[in-house]
Amino acid sequence: MRLSRGALPGWAEVLLLPLINIALAFLVVGIIVRIIGVDPFHALNRLILGAIGSSESVGYTLYYATNFIFTGLAVAIAFHGGLFNIGGEGQAYVGGLGCGLAILAFDKYLPGWLMVPLAIGAAALFGAAWAAVPAWLQAWRGSHIVITTIMFNFVASALMVYLLVNVLIAPGSMTPQSRGFGPTGQLPALPGSPLNLSTFLAIACCAAVWLFLWHTRWGYALRAMGHNPEAARYAGTDLRRMTMLGMCLSGALAGFVGVNELMGVHHRIVLDFPAGYGFAGIAVALMGRNHPLGVALAALLFGALQQGGAELAFDEPAITREMVVVIQGLVILFSGALEQLPRPWLALLLVRRG
Amino acid sequence: MDDLAAIVFLTAAATLRTATPLILCAMGGLFSERSGIVDVGLEGKMLIAAFFAAAIATITGSAWWGVAAGIVAAEIMALLHGFACITYRGNQVVSGVALNILAAGLTVVLGNAWFHQGGQTPPLDTARERLMPIFFPRAGDNVLVYVALASVPLAWWIVARTRFGLRLRAVGEMPLAVDAAGISVSWLRYRAVLLCGLFSGLAGAYVSIAQNAGFSRDMTAGQGFIALAAIIFGKWRPFPALGACLIFGLLDAIAIRLQGVVVPGLGEVPVQFIQALPYLLTMFLLAGFIGRAVAPKAIGIPYEKEH
Repeated sequence: MRLSRGALPGWAEVLLLPLINIALAFLVVGIIVRIIGVDPFHALNRLILGAIGSSESVGYTLYYATNFIFTGLAVAIAFHGGLFNIGGEGQAYVGGLGCGLAILAFDKYLPGWLMVPLAIGAAALFGAAWAAVPAWLQAWRGSHIVITTIMFNFVASALMVYLLVNVLIAPGSMTPQSRGFGPTGQLPALPGSPLNLSTFLAIACCAAVWLFLWHTRWGYALRAMGHNPEAARYAGTDLRRMTMLGMCLSGALAGFVGVNELMGVHHRIVLDFPAGYGFAGIAVALMGRNHPLGVALAALLFGALQQGGAELAFDEPAITREMVVVIQGLVILFSGALEQLPRPWLALLLVRRG
Repeated sequence: MDDLAAIVFLTAAATLRTATPLILCAMGGLFSERSGIVDVGLEGKMLIAAFFAAAIATITGSAWWGVAAGIVAAEIMALLHGFACITYRGNQVVSGVALNILAAGLTVVLGNAWFHQGGQTPPLDTARERLMPIFFPRAGDNVLVYVALASVPLAWWIVARTRFGLRLRAVGEMPLAVDAAGISVSWLRYRAVLLCGLFSGLAGAYVSIAQNAGFSRDMTAGQGFIALAAIIFGKWRPFPALGACLIFGLLDAIAIRLQGVVVPGLGEVPVQFIQALPYLLTMFLLAGFIGRAVAPKAIGIPYEKEH
């Protein structure tokens, strides 16, 4: 099959092509829902209602979206440097460990206004450190970051299970989880809702990433490396340092999932809290075109899907929450790997007319 | 002494049992990777094959239909991967990740809709719906174990000794040369991807209808990634990859035995450490601390035909 590498008008490239890709993904989702024996439009209706139908559901949607913003930004910032960070899952996990350790160590001594920034900083530091190892291995030893970040997800998971089962487990507890955080180690949240202060951190991160990428020298160098490493090197960029910087920032952002989950909701270190957010970040970044604003919008959509999907699964026994995982996979497939699928037809349609 | 012999025998059998899906998956992935198509989607193919193998075995009451269904399911995933990576020149890692996530979700969604057991399939009937041991009932040596062992020399022979293998290696190193010789790069890579689907399908079927009696969610639990690690550890060659699979299988077998045992001089070795060891070892290898793993040169790069 030969493909015409049709050039599209700018608006079609930025808006139409991504929208068609997502529409294709949802078309397939509709077909799957149909196969299961549920009316897709009824399901969609329930889903939207479940996501934004009440103030309680909006709270949940925003809380899920917060996690998606963190991991989406993490993937996006690395993408700008030409780095594919699949390790968000592990970085979130270890970031949460950092956050939790800081709180467990100091929550009895420090006031909240000191404890909270310290814990957030620890989350960023631990997440960044977990990303720094694969980054270092790529920059200095030439091993590929995709493979090493995957491996590090599993290592993180094994490490956390070990720590929670053997070291951090609360005395007398049967489940592998740490003792509860003191009041200074808990983020203020809306009563009866998981929505907490982390959402503002997420919004601040969007702005910070935007400023960093397009308005700082380092951000420029990172993007230059992503576009053309040879040219960037020739222009005097230290590629090794940029690889380290890009990955560390990425890992720090992923680590903030720990802040939202542990400091915001669970108030202790628990097992498996990253629950696939790290991988979903890839879908969020692809859908959001690696732009912070796009990431925020895509994260809102995924947050709504997560919450609406849970409500839908509650209503329709034939559908489970994993439907959301299917949607994530299809979005990555259609707006990532099969991104060029509609291009030839679109080019035929648009270029002939114009 | 009998005890020791029994322990050795049982450990060897356990090693082989856990290594079988790794070997099958690794041989499949090897074809794909040697042709220049990265496959991080091994895990997903294996998982979806495991699900369909168990589902169809339950419905038809025959293990063989289960195996066939597993292969078909993995082949469909493989074709999707090929379609995205070869025909549409998409990012191979992105495609693999997408297929993994898709498989993780789809197996539970379909499983719940069809069997109403929270994503599991009903337990399989031992005599008809599962693959049973052939010679040693205690060792679990079902037919797929032998298929896995035979797949290694077969993969070696295909890659190293046949015309197809020569072209396969060439297309993974320098597709331009293959194209210039008038051989279709796409068709070669599609065949490699299909071979990968075949073997990962067998691996998945093994997990759900031979090793276990039915499918449960996320049951492949990272074995596809361990297989990927084994390919890298074996430097993209069949026999060294087999060695890596056996080592990783042995680690797993030992991990169960070592639970709570105090090793002299070391103290108690955490099970989680042994579980993480395959990944850590592969990272050490990739970092160049133990030998050097050199990937096929054109791996991950979509081939763009010049007109």
